[in-house]
Amino acid sequence: HIVLYHRIIAMYTSATSIRAMACPRQRSSMRGEESSMRAQVAPLHQPRLSRTPVVIRSSKKVQASAQPASKGASASSASSAPKSTPKISAEEARELYRDMFLGREFEEMCAQMYYRGKMFGFVHLYSGQEAVSTGVIKACLKKHDFVSSTYRDHVHAISKGVSSKKVMAELFGKKTGVCRGQGGSMHMFDKEHGLLGGYAFIGEGIPVGVGAAFTSAYTRRVLGEEDHDAVAVNFFGDGTCNVGQFYESLNMASLYKLPVIFVVENNKWAIGMSHARATSTSSLADSEPWIYKKGEAFGMPGVHVDGMDVLKVREVAMEAVARARRGDGPTLIECETYRFRGHSLADPDELRDPKEKEHYASRDPIPRMKEYMLKNGLATEAEIKEIEKDVVAEVEDAVEFADESPKPDMSQLLENVFADPKGFGIGPDGQYRYMQPGFTSGTAAVS
Amino acid sequence: GIGAAAANLRPVAEIQFADYIFPAMDQIVNEASKYRYRSGGIWDVGGLTIRAPWGAVGKGGHYHSSAPEAFLTHAAGLKVVIPSSPREAKGLLLASIADPNPVVFFEPKRLYRLAEELVPQEAYMIPLGKARIARPGEDVTIVAWGQSVLTAEQAADALEERGVRCEIIDLRTLTPLDVPSLAQSVKKTGRLIVVHEAPKTSGFGAEIVASITEACWADLKAEPVRVCAWDVPGVPYALEDHYLPTVNRILRGVASIL
Repeated sequence: HIVLYHRIIAMYTSATSIRAMACPRQRSSMRGEESSMRAQVAPLHQPRLSRTPVVIRSSKKVQASAQPASKGASASSASSAPKSTPKISAEEARELYRDMFLGREFEEMCAQMYYRGKMFGFVHLYSGQEAVSTGVIKACLKKHDFVSSTYRDHVHAISKGVSSKKVMAELFGKKTGVCRGQGGSMHMFDKEHGLLGGYAFIGEGIPVGVGAAFTSAYTRRVLGEEDHDAVAVNFFGDGTCNVGQFYESLNMASLYKLPVIFVVENNKWAIGMSHARATSTSSLADSEPWIYKKGEAFGMPGVHVDGMDVLKVREVAMEAVARARRGDGPTLIECETYRFRGHSLADPDELRDPKEKEHYASRDPIPRMKEYMLKNGLATEAEIKEIEKDVVAEVEDAVEFADESPKPDMSQLLENVFADPKGFGIGPDGQYRYMQPGFTSGTAAVS
Repeated sequence: GIGAAAANLRPVAEIQFADYIFPAMDQIVNEASKYRYRSGGIWDVGGLTIRAPWGAVGKGGHYHSSAPEAFLTHAAGLKVVIPSSPREAKGLLLASIADPNPVVFFEPKRLYRLAEELVPQEAYMIPLGKARIARPGEDVTIVAWGQSVLTAEQAADALEERGVRCEIIDLRTLTPLDVPSLAQSVKKTGRLIVVHEAPKTSGFGAEIVASITEACWADLKAEPVRVCAWDVPGVPYALEDHYLPTVNRILRGVASIL
């Protein structure tokens, strides 16, 4: 089964790219920045996995990210930033590390809890993709910015600032969860932190994020509130890039120069459908289905970044967010990343090549960041251990909190249908409908 | 699928969950159901069958648990078929594929793991548009489809002990509705209960109650009762068991009209 899949993949992608996973990578070096820079089309046999960020110039001047020459060729080399001057403060580095480690711990704990029957339904874990969430949300966004996510939303919620206790309680279906147990894993919402959800349909949240960006632009340009600079970030996967809503949103965002950022978490698999088999190329000169190139077709910069490196993601995201806040419009960021687990906890994950998994496991963003911090004197071993201990305690606290929380009352079933908070209004007997006999307020325990 | 069917193939399109049918609604309702009518019979999309897992199970949450059959029964030109067991499923699916009209075939998810039955190896078809009497009775007619048939059976077992004999009708095909079979049963019992998983307001139960009231007005001994899910916008994660029509609610419904 795996061999057959391997052959099929090889037919559609350049044959060497898969073999190249195990071989030392060659990096294309980036020249200059301000001079007009055409997108570098990958030569046919260049392994796709080693790309340094490529910026496509829009008509406005986009500050290209300065890329240092590569150092080691081995796949597990720690950092790609110059050794001499780290571009990040010790405090921020530690925050980013903590955020990634928290994301990982949380997701692994979710797996444990699921198999112990504490959470149900469909749970989609984010393990492996933490660099994207941390690099975009934690590093660049403020509290009032909006995030619109997918069903793989636990870590987006946590990075945005939602308490891990509330997220865990929601997963357990408890009253103290973010949605009081109404939504579950795929429906995380938070008003305070601007989390617009958790969507089970792919591409469903993209128009919503664009709408939030519209509000921000409208408030600023039409209502005249100059310092209103909220941006909206849409997260979605490679499969979503074949959904109509995505293209409609790209067009509108570009047309109105909305402060929205489209972040594609390209983990190469849409459940069991390989990206290479599902998506066509974006330009006649290409042989690979690049997603970032779709940005230019819609009039916005498209960037490809190594999604397993939090510092690179952060750099690209900072630029995109600054661009959006200035009022220059949207950006499309394609993050090459990988999920270590299956699509969901119900997925046996038999379709993916073990070599592919190994390759990406060796590029795990968390050990990478740890090495970077140690090498550049941003943190000591002891401090890192302290952080990790703290995170483990936080996740355990979250589980305890969720466990001890009560289940939702039955009366919650009929609340929030309409604006009237007590359910859908008054019944024919003059009472609130949820007060009808036989619908007593009790716990939601199954009898 | 629609274009392929118009050009004479016989495609079977899968939509992974019935909830996901909404992005396809435009094409299904505006194209698939209308093609034959709009073109005066020149083209049709009869070869198309859409199958989708349907219904709530295992706390799947808002977008993995819906029963959206009511939206599709409103589109004339489409047939909507929902089996209630493995043997039914095979026969009805083969009949749906062979049927010269576009058919939407919903497969109850709860039955994937729950139901075990001996299914004949050879191909066989169960005719569309004909309801099945799952259990004969004299006191009250319960009409259900999909996994609600199982719930109705459980309720009927409980009622049997109290001396009430329910006639359970498994609708199988929602549109076109088999009014004669239902009318025959209600004329006998005089009491109608419809059980379905979708919310009550404008659910397909409303259509059944209206049609039967028109057909059997003089024979009804009590008002028709619908036991359905509550009128809320989605299937809540933690409260799924309270959202769905339960055996207790069916029992209360029967009690109210006996």
